[in-house]
Amino acid sequence: MSVADAHAARIEFRDWGWRYADRDAWAVRGVDLVVEPGERVAVVGPSGAGKSTLLRAVAAVLPDEPDAADDTAAEVRGSVLVDGAAPGSVRGRVGLVMQDPEAHTVMSRIGDDVAFGCENLGVERSETWLRVRHALDVVGLDLPLDRSTTRLSGGQRQRLALAGVLAMRPGALVLDEPCANLDPNGVVQVHDAVRALLDDTGATLLVVEHRIGTWLDLVDRLVLLEPGGGVVADGPPAEVLRTHGDALTAAGVWVPGAEPAPGSARRLHSTPDGAQLAAALPDGAQLGPTLLHAERLATARGRRQRVGTGIDLTVTRGQVLAVTGPNGVGKSTLGLTLAGLLRPAAGVLRATEPLADGAGPSPSAWSSRTLAARIGTVFQEPEHQFVARTVRAELEAGPRALGLSDPAARADDLLDAFALRHLADANPFTLSGGEQRRLAIGTVVATRPPVVVLDEPTSGQDRATWQAVVDRLGALADSGTAVIAVTHDRDLISALDADRIVLTATGATGVKDRDTTTGDAR
Amino acid sequence: MLLGVLGLGVCLVLSLDVVSAAVALAIELALLPLLRIPFRTLLLRTSPVLLAVPLTGLSIALYGRASGREWFDLGFAHVTDGSLVLAVATMLRVLAVGIPSVALFIRADPTDLADGLAQVLRLPARFVLGALAAIRMMTILGEDWRQLGMARRARGLADTGRLRRGASMAFALLVVALRRATTLAVAMEARGFGAPGARTWARPARFGRQEWAAVAVLVGIGMVSIAVAVAVGTWRA
Repeated sequence: MSVADAHAARIEFRDWGWRYADRDAWAVRGVDLVVEPGERVAVVGPSGAGKSTLLRAVAAVLPDEPDAADDTAAEVRGSVLVDGAAPGSVRGRVGLVMQDPEAHTVMSRIGDDVAFGCENLGVERSETWLRVRHALDVVGLDLPLDRSTTRLSGGQRQRLALAGVLAMRPGALVLDEPCANLDPNGVVQVHDAVRALLDDTGATLLVVEHRIGTWLDLVDRLVLLEPGGGVVADGPPAEVLRTHGDALTAAGVWVPGAEPAPGSARRLHSTPDGAQLAAALPDGAQLGPTLLHAERLATARGRRQRVGTGIDLTVTRGQVLAVTGPNGVGKSTLGLTLAGLLRPAAGVLRATEPLADGAGPSPSAWSSRTLAARIGTVFQEPEHQFVARTVRAELEAGPRALGLSDPAARADDLLDAFALRHLADANPFTLSGGEQRRLAIGTVVATRPPVVVLDEPTSGQDRATWQAVVDRLGALADSGTAVIAVTHDRDLISALDADRIVLTATGATGVKDRDTTTGDAR
Repeated sequence: MLLGVLGLGVCLVLSLDVVSAAVALAIELALLPLLRIPFRTLLLRTSPVLLAVPLTGLSIALYGRASGREWFDLGFAHVTDGSLVLAVATMLRVLAVGIPSVALFIRADPTDLADGLAQVLRLPARFVLGALAAIRMMTILGEDWRQLGMARRARGLADTGRLRRGASMAFALLVVALRRATTLAVAMEARGFGAPGARTWARPARFGRQEWAAVAVLVGIGMVSIAVAVAVGTWRA
């Protein structure tokens, strides 16, 4: 069943610009860009260049209506056209998939969710279900139509979103960092689903992604956008990468082949010799004393949902430990358990005396203050952990709660260290994603706990903010802090020269970077 | 089903006597096993109703219209024959309307309910689907609340000041909820929600024999209870 009635859409920006309501600066300005029907274009540029705004304009989902009479209202310049018409008048011609997999799911059953777009467009019932089955088939989501949407992995969720878009028979597919929050397996799933969708429809593609390598084999053109400057480079991907490689890296784009060197964020391991020395240490000979020790540990979320079992691991001073593994295997739950926030479901998690310092061996039994002085946690969503009205007060909150000396001076240091000085009086909830994550790490470091647990610290970061976060973590480990990162970011693991624990459904396997197995985990 | 429960409710609100409510409750309890709902589930789901019953009873017994013999007089509250009878009648009434509503909706899927509301009762799609999305979001917000609590513990702020902490968590939850709602609205709009033209419904809302039967049974219960009350002579309009 190929699609006959949906011809590919033509997208055109003519000196287009957009200013959001209540903002002084233009989000995008002076963009001239034509995407011919069936063309596949990737758009890259630094944070704040207005890439998302561009895509949202095409999909006709910009938040507010421009009003020339009201100068706090949004303002628009030039025009954006889909098939020569205003995007809002051809709703359904453009399908949008955004970054947060959670955000797209509208209905509670898979089939209903895919059908949602068809219903809105007034497609007849029998035709709708034909399209639903076909769409799920194309994106390779082989699940019953009445399966609940709550238990899907990130990759499955994004493919579900793609199926929902495909069922609407769009002339153009618009993707706003669809892979930013996915594990490597999910990235491959989504990439393949997009290719299948394009083969099926011949639709025009417009994609934005920091890790542009994912899409290079699918796109005909690479467009570099500059904040306020419009399009500064436009051409075949290989040519743009060759001529503008450095500008792209500076703009926060992950240029293939320019990944950070192994161990580059660590002082101790920065030379190849140092790395070999660490790897060559005999079993049990650790660089620092053991802080946390887990034996046959089982983790559970809530009272009944057991997620991980048979986990053995050791955390030592100054170690970077990366917890990896497929979605749904309990990485985050293990992180929260190691952080003393969830009680082990079975087995033993013991804090040794150098860490416990008289507080007893079981972190989950410690009081909140005792815990905060020993183990810090950075949550997957930074917004969950903000408690104060300003960035400065946020940084002071932890030290104040613990009665540490001079919270103001500590906050001052951290404002500089995390490049947040200019935002000291801003409300934490108003910061950008990258800034929020830096602040979240800062608030935890403020109390100088010997162990720091982070859940996906680099998720959704561009190349530049990524570097800032990873350098910080490297410096922490170098100063003797044990850093436990729940992550699927291979570059992070490499740059921090981390020991890896790979979680599986039945246990955990320890992998020393460069594939040397350590003795402390099986 | 909604219609049926409404019908029963109207029948029972018409009167305030003990007999009609008791008869309705008795018939319902006799019919309940037919629904084959596990006793535990039923007890758990109806617990809000069961909890509300003695509270309503108590307050009406204390403050209800005084008549007949006086049992207690606390100055501001009297317990009299009249108020006691009224309290028992109200308690039975709450049970008689509460139990069937909960029991019938235990199995109802929110999506099916939304389909019914929109297609049978012709409520606007925007309203119905908005409510449906809100129900789905409640689960996510529950998880958010847990995360907020853990984050406060992790930062050393969870030992004291329960009230202040609760307020800060509530504020954070509000911010998170607003953000999630905005993103969901964009996602729905991007899928053509609110597009001009007629919206279709992919799932037919069944309002067949089974549903009519349920309505008939529920309204029947109401009628029988009224008839009995009138016959016995306790009916008070």
